[in-house]
Amino acid sequence: MQYLVEKRQLVIPGELLAEGDYKSGKNTYQEENRVYSSLIGLANHIGKNVFVVAIKTGYMPIVGDLVIGKVIDMKLSGWIIDINAPYSAILFTSDAFDRSFNARKDEMSDFLKVGDLIFAKVNAFDRTRDPILTIRDQGLGKVNRGRVIKITSTKIPRLIGRKGSMVNMVKRETGCQITIGQNGIVLVSGKNPELEALAILAIRTIEKDAHTLGLTDKISKLLKREERKEIKQ
Amino acid sequence: MSHNKVKKLLKKNGLRLDDRKLDELRSIKIEIGVIEKASGSAYIEWGKNKIMAAIYGPREVHPRRLSLTNKALVRCRYHMTPFSTEDRKRPAPSRREVELSKVIATAVEPIIFTELYPRTGIDIFIEVLESDGGTRCAALTVTSLALADAGIPLKDLVAACAAGKIDGQIVLDMNGIEDQIGEADLPIAITPRNKEITLLQMDGILTQEEFKKALNLAIEGCKKIYDIQKEALRSKYTIVKEETEKIKEEE
Repeated sequence: MQYLVEKRQLVIPGELLAEGDYKSGKNTYQEENRVYSSLIGLANHIGKNVFVVAIKTGYMPIVGDLVIGKVIDMKLSGWIIDINAPYSAILFTSDAFDRSFNARKDEMSDFLKVGDLIFAKVNAFDRTRDPILTIRDQGLGKVNRGRVIKITSTKIPRLIGRKGSMVNMVKRETGCQITIGQNGIVLVSGKNPELEALAILAIRTIEKDAHTLGLTDKISKLLKREERKEIKQ
Repeated sequence: MSHNKVKKLLKKNGLRLDDRKLDELRSIKIEIGVIEKASGSAYIEWGKNKIMAAIYGPREVHPRRLSLTNKALVRCRYHMTPFSTEDRKRPAPSRREVELSKVIATAVEPIIFTELYPRTGIDIFIEVLESDGGTRCAALTVTSLALADAGIPLKDLVAACAAGKIDGQIVLDMNGIEDQIGEADLPIAITPRNKEITLLQMDGILTQEEFKKALNLAIEGCKKIYDIQKEALRSKYTIVKEETEKIKEEE
């Protein structure tokens, strides 16, 4: 019985992590009594549970996630939504209309057209069926204004920061509304294009320097400097 | 062609035409994450071979009817650019390229946890920019790195290497000339952790003893390749790791 790698050691797929009475946790797999990594990431263990924190993975929907998606098709039963995942999601017409949907009277494209964006919650998903979205909750629904940027979904926690500290700071400094989808799509809408551009610059910097020291201070300085420039102009 | 003039593949001092020993690999250089828009990518320079691999997916399969209900579909397109060979190669896929695409897809499939992504497809695109013998081994080696870079769960990597026979001697990692006028070529691919063979092809004639010797030599070569692969993956991500550590300390 042995745990073979150091805590937070960089591991690659197929690397032996532990041998003996250990449990295979996230991003690992087990063969007989040996636990191996299945991804590039940082190995760790809590008690008997061995797991790997991935450095880069694609987005996989989880029930309850808030996501930003794009309408890519319309079917009789609902809209097909691209949510930046291996599976495209569906938003049912019955979910979008309060009353029961009548295909003769109601026009689906009055509500959402192909190309529209929505902010929605993953209502149901398992790998045998495509994810089902819902917009029946506060703040969810069609996105009417703002700019969309795509970032790596593993960097979302860094963008949010501890208890939302990072994103709240960007919001406060730029006065922009920032909506973050767990699938790596971020929506920025502000009073004017200049402020939106500033917020986007900040988010891009966070994505690029996600692993560097003193990021919060750096972003704070960046925002203040850029704002001063604007006032001068 | 100039190759026809060459008769001897081994020099008098026992070295090969490019001054390698019989069991010596060509120099290998690997870069990971070279194509921004792909889910994962890698580039390899193996001797004079230059090969790029890109992974897209897991994503929806088109046409839809090809998708599998219980696991992901692994598709591969191996393609040689028209300027990759000595004479211009016509860009349309040749019989050989179709075969290699199929063989590479089946050779990497065993390492992927395909059952985690049912109804999706993982597309592999391999582009040979310059070729000089042993492209299928180099392509397989670089493909498994690109898969790891894509963040697709893997059981292991795949390491590939060829052995063969020139001038009556069993040698490792044949280059273009040796491949063309040598007596036999035996490319193999293994999953280094449990030594499973995922690809084994042979061209030419070997006796049983020679075959065993060549196979063992190729497996030894694959192990060396595996070390290089591990090194390449680690060196790309070590920097990232050091920086994350700093952040943790800061917090």
